[in-house]
Amino acid sequence: MLRVLKSGFFTTVQDSGRFNLRNKGVPVSGAMDSISVSKVNMLLENPPDAAVLEVTMTGPTLEFEEDTYICLGGADISITLNNVPIHNYQIYKISHGDIVSYGKLEKGLRCYLAVKNGFKTPVILGSRSFYVPITPTNCIRDKSLIPYETHTFFEPKIEGLKIGSLLDETVLEMHKGPEHDKLTNEQMEALFMQDFTIAKENNRMAYQLNESIDTHRISMLTSATLPGTVQLTPAGKLIILMKDAQTTGGYPRIGQLSEKSISILAQKKFGDRISFKLV
Amino acid sequence: MSTYPITVKPFGAHAVLVEWPHKVEEAILGDVLQFCKYLEKRLDKNNWEYIPAYNSLTLIHRKEIIDYVKLKKALKDWYAENENSEPLSKFLWRLPVCYDLDLATDLEEVAHKLKKTVSEVMALHTQQVYTVYGIGFLPGFMYLGGLPMSLEVPRKSTPRLKVDKGSVGLAGKQTGIYPQESPGGWNIIGNCPIPIFNMNKEEPCFVSVGDKIQFYPISRAAYDLHKIEGEVGIYQLEKLEIDA
Repeated sequence: MLRVLKSGFFTTVQDSGRFNLRNKGVPVSGAMDSISVSKVNMLLENPPDAAVLEVTMTGPTLEFEEDTYICLGGADISITLNNVPIHNYQIYKISHGDIVSYGKLEKGLRCYLAVKNGFKTPVILGSRSFYVPITPTNCIRDKSLIPYETHTFFEPKIEGLKIGSLLDETVLEMHKGPEHDKLTNEQMEALFMQDFTIAKENNRMAYQLNESIDTHRISMLTSATLPGTVQLTPAGKLIILMKDAQTTGGYPRIGQLSEKSISILAQKKFGDRISFKLV
Repeated sequence: MSTYPITVKPFGAHAVLVEWPHKVEEAILGDVLQFCKYLEKRLDKNNWEYIPAYNSLTLIHRKEIIDYVKLKKALKDWYAENENSEPLSKFLWRLPVCYDLDLATDLEEVAHKLKKTVSEVMALHTQQVYTVYGIGFLPGFMYLGGLPMSLEVPRKSTPRLKVDKGSVGLAGKQTGIYPQESPGGWNIIGNCPIPIFNMNKEEPCFVSVGDKIQFYPISRAAYDLHKIEGEVGIYQLEKLEIDA
């Protein structure tokens, strides 16, 4: 078990998501920055849907009760293993009683912690990803115990990666959404010619942006939305739906972000700057 | 049998949207669901997901990037040739609602606004058969169509931070049930003790888009009983199979 000594701000268990129930209103969930997760799972030679911890902003203090191997990725946070600094995209051997603690957030917002073969919290409706009310809790708490397998020996094919990070990228690649062509030329210009900043209202469901574009009166019937859908409210506000977003909506879907751009956005926090590029 | 002019639009790298005319109509919803059923048989079940709602059907591929031009052509061809489709099996679900005033926080106010008595509002709300046009917003939240005009009342000017699970609400042209506790701005006129979404069941949500819903009034005693039955999963739902 992984014992949570201090829970930090908001840490969840996430895998690749909960599929096949979107027609019943169940969000996909899953890791916000799936690109970082695929890297840590690849390094540990885990299945791509192995569950990881998604640590947001202020991290927890964790005690490992069994031997395993871990790999970190995503945001840059100063993290220590038994008070010795450890780094992203490197594999570390963990022994019974080892303690990992999180310090200052340097860059990005969400940091991932993977163990060999993934965390083993219960699979509910096809996924381990936390989402209330499908799972009983929305994040880990003090004294939570998170199951994982014991691995005493693992010889990784690759010890670690020096990989180009997405943390400095600010341009989000956007496909046209179903209602994109209903925008006026002024609205399109405003969408692609200026920078936007992330609003306080940003979480696993959606990111709102501070700057508005022109108001509109486009009417539509409720229809499907996806993670990465860019919605435009009648008041001209932009809302970018993320992994825990509702599966249907009534606002025009003016854009659809690529998975890479969702991962870039998932590392942005209040006040950070982004822009859109049409692909 | 291309009944309607449909349009196909790209929706990112992994999804496409098929749209029917912009109207709330039973016949259009029926055609959307027929086509959805046809595609479920035609395409690989493990990788495709479908979200039908009102006048649209969204197809999502879990893994691969879609060849949009090819898929658009295939969808148009399949829609044109989809003629011998068998009737869809749909259900009418009869759901109990307790309209007692301690559960129905806004019922008296709604009755007052509509210039009706509380029993008239209850009678109007329960005599109607509603159509499920979509499921979304929350797991198991049904977008119901068919509210009588005489029950149209604006949503509350200030939303509540907490609406109880099972609350039955009215807002504009809509009525529905909150499947879980959530913030919300609808006028609460009753409570349904039966969980619409139950993650402990293999089929967690018994209702599908296209089904019908009718409410019937129950006493507070029956409500308390059904609530317990619902929680332990022994409540027997009343359902009727209906023709497509």
